[in-house]
Amino acid sequence: MSVDMTAAPAGRTSRRLRAFLGNPMGVVAGGVLLAIVVASILAPLLAPRDPNLVVLAEALRPPSLDHPLGTDGNGRDILSRLLFGGRVSLQAGVIMLATALLCGIPAGLLAGYYARWFDGVSSWIFNMLMSLPEILIIIVVIASLGSGLAPTMITLGVLASPDIFRLTRSAVIGVREELYFDAARVAGLSDLRIIFRHVLSVVLGPILVRSSFIFGMAIIVQSGLEFLGFGDPQRPSWGGELSNAFQSFQRAPELVIAPGVAIGCTVMALVLFGAALADSLGVSLRSKAKRAARPARTDAPRVEERAVDGEPTSDALLRVEDLAVRYVAEDGTAKDVVRGVSLHVARGEVLGLVGESGSGKSQTSFAILGLLPPDAVVSARQLCLDGQPLIGLREGEMQKIRGRRMAYVPQEPMSNLDPSFTVGAQLTKPMRRQLGLSRKAATARALELLDRVGIPDPARTLAAYPHQLSGGMAQRVLIAGAVSCDPELLIADEPTTALDVTVQAEVLELLRDLQRERDMGLVLVTHNLGVVADICDRVAVMRDGVLVEQRPVADLFADPRHEYTRMLLNSTLEDAPPRRERGDLQEVGS
Amino acid sequence: MLGFIGRRLATGLLLAFTVVTGMYFFLMLTGSDPARGALGLYATEEQVAVKREQLGLDRPVVTQYLDWLSGVVRGDLGISSAQNARVIDLIVSRLPVTVSLALGAVLVAAVLGVALGLLAATRPGPLDRVLQVVMVLGFSLPNFWVAIILALTFAVQLGWFPATGYIHLSDSPSGWLWSIVLPITALSIGSIAAIAQQLRNSVITVNSQAYVRTLRSRGLSQRNILLAHVLRNAAPPALTMLSLQFIAAMSGAAIVERVFGLQGIGAVAINASGNSDIPVIMGVLLFTVLVVVLVNLTVDILYAALNPKVRNA
Repeated sequence: MSVDMTAAPAGRTSRRLRAFLGNPMGVVAGGVLLAIVVASILAPLLAPRDPNLVVLAEALRPPSLDHPLGTDGNGRDILSRLLFGGRVSLQAGVIMLATALLCGIPAGLLAGYYARWFDGVSSWIFNMLMSLPEILIIIVVIASLGSGLAPTMITLGVLASPDIFRLTRSAVIGVREELYFDAARVAGLSDLRIIFRHVLSVVLGPILVRSSFIFGMAIIVQSGLEFLGFGDPQRPSWGGELSNAFQSFQRAPELVIAPGVAIGCTVMALVLFGAALADSLGVSLRSKAKRAARPARTDAPRVEERAVDGEPTSDALLRVEDLAVRYVAEDGTAKDVVRGVSLHVARGEVLGLVGESGSGKSQTSFAILGLLPPDAVVSARQLCLDGQPLIGLREGEMQKIRGRRMAYVPQEPMSNLDPSFTVGAQLTKPMRRQLGLSRKAATARALELLDRVGIPDPARTLAAYPHQLSGGMAQRVLIAGAVSCDPELLIADEPTTALDVTVQAEVLELLRDLQRERDMGLVLVTHNLGVVADICDRVAVMRDGVLVEQRPVADLFADPRHEYTRMLLNSTLEDAPPRRERGDLQEVGS
Repeated sequence: MLGFIGRRLATGLLLAFTVVTGMYFFLMLTGSDPARGALGLYATEEQVAVKREQLGLDRPVVTQYLDWLSGVVRGDLGISSAQNARVIDLIVSRLPVTVSLALGAVLVAAVLGVALGLLAATRPGPLDRVLQVVMVLGFSLPNFWVAIILALTFAVQLGWFPATGYIHLSDSPSGWLWSIVLPITALSIGSIAAIAQQLRNSVITVNSQAYVRTLRSRGLSQRNILLAHVLRNAAPPALTMLSLQFIAAMSGAAIVERVFGLQGIGAVAINASGNSDIPVIMGVLLFTVLVVVLVNLTVDILYAALNPKVRNA
């Protein structure tokens, strides 16, 4: 166990190092930082003049060979003062960062690990620290302890520590919930060892990233204090230089530029270095956001229309021919998640779409509904709803079809209701939009629908928020929403998987009843062959993005042709629970 | 809802009390000497001793604290130890400047930050990348430096705005607006970027939630889903960021004021700090913390209005 643990981080480290070196932004930022650190340390050697040498005769000289950045109002060499000033900024950063880490990490570890009262008290204290305006607190500290670098930067470090505290605390809580934590505990490792081995390795990355921000903040705030005049006028500093330049603002306005650039470049290098570090450690918000960014785009997925071969559309409600879904990654590699899928559903027919998870069932459903993320490329020889081609439709035209002509029942009821709106608001809005109903008429219809899907107190449910509903109730609400605008086709994506076994049968029965009542076509995506046997007319079996078999249910069960179908059937029949479930269904259904 | 507001207000007041009390004892017990501060370096020990007695500094710290606290409860913040003025007058005459700046900066940041954040989240590409750059710049460039550059360019060189001075709203509304445009710009740039970035990230997160897809499956338009559903669910973290930006703006205002020669709370506090003028320092601190508590309370109420789970908890 321990061998694995030590071996893995070593490999990871070198991979991360390579990732970091492959990022030009991070390398440049790191180089700038290194140059600033070296220049500050070697200031006595590099500086052309004594930074405090006052030569009044040479005041406010423009840049020259003698004074590469010119001189200030007292004739002091600006470059030399900036070189020495860097030392103050770096010291300030080190003190503030060290304080923030020393306060934040131990408190975060303890609060996350032992929870209880310590967590309550420390969270309250750190929340309080977060709501203090730092400059005013610093002014108080300066009033009593003087304007030395140490007291001010230590205070600022304390004020910045909530960030580190919260990071550490949530990381510890995350690790506590992992299984290996319990395993390590059972294996007899001491609490301290677990903390150091597992927790620190998790929080190290994010903390490094935040550290670069805190270091940058330290430089900015310290300069601000120097600018306000809290500082030793003899000690050159970037903020002090800015203040000096500001004094001679009228005569030599260009003097404000150099100190500002010194501060700005250093902080920017720190921020970019932190961002690059985050990218290579895989903790970045940006890369996560980037992955998530695609569904956010408002344009519809790109649809490639292949040559339609002029085949007349039959009377099928839904006709899909040669459907393919492809994702193109950023590096150009393409992945086909659905290939050559052809299927059809007639009015009043129930088609079961069966396969293991990852077989492309859901991708097929979303491709039909036009709800795939924009980076998905959908192509099909034919994709028609009641003779109307869906491929190539604009988003606005698809909006008129979605909900009104084909609707969707999701898998996970709780995550498919907007938590911030009442059930009523979510039910009535589509009806008002799609059917042109008034608010009153839509509400009346919503009450009817809720009653129809078996919700005992429709009025109360209408006013309820999703978190006040049970999973079964929420799924009924979603079914009511799906049928609210009288669609001809219903696509239900594993509608019962997330529900309790007792509720599953009722919800399935409801779906089947609604389908019969309204003569809808129903595509039922499932991995449960028991469900298929009970309510489907035909069944299509998918595997690895390909349709392997599509036949009437009775045929398929009697004589599965494809090897994979046989395997699925066997695994279902061998497992006791699905068979019992099937029995339940038949009882309820009869 | 009322119970919720009451609890939040009580927590906020407890916070203000803790901070103010802690700072009072910190100031009194770490060797700051208001009597010496009031009289200056060249006063004799005897003069300082007399002054100390006058100011009541010879009494036990706890007694002084209780005195001060009972004054605060009655709305009396005491008298400045360095100048002959009531603390409350000093603060009330200076507060409008700082609050105009901080509130103005946060309002500008809220409007522009939300607009930019929404655009960046829904139109990835150039705008999103520009926003990332602005975000880094907004964080890296000290706002007082930006203030100097703005003053230099738009006030000194171009003469479009007054370089220094604050005009009271009651004296001339347009003059007031003109006098705070540059300081607010300097203060808000960083906040705009921070809020835009936060909102962008949370809009992207919310957009990938299953219920957004389900809402689309019902035939609602993307625009309606974005503005009604996504924005509402993405708002809470941006609101928290907004309140943090307000606190930062109160701090920033203290520095930016100096660039534009505005006599705000920052100037009062800096003077008071130099003179160890404890009554004034405490008064400024109390007011600032109360303003922060008020802003946090507002954010909490908005938060509850947006999120039914918070409201019912």
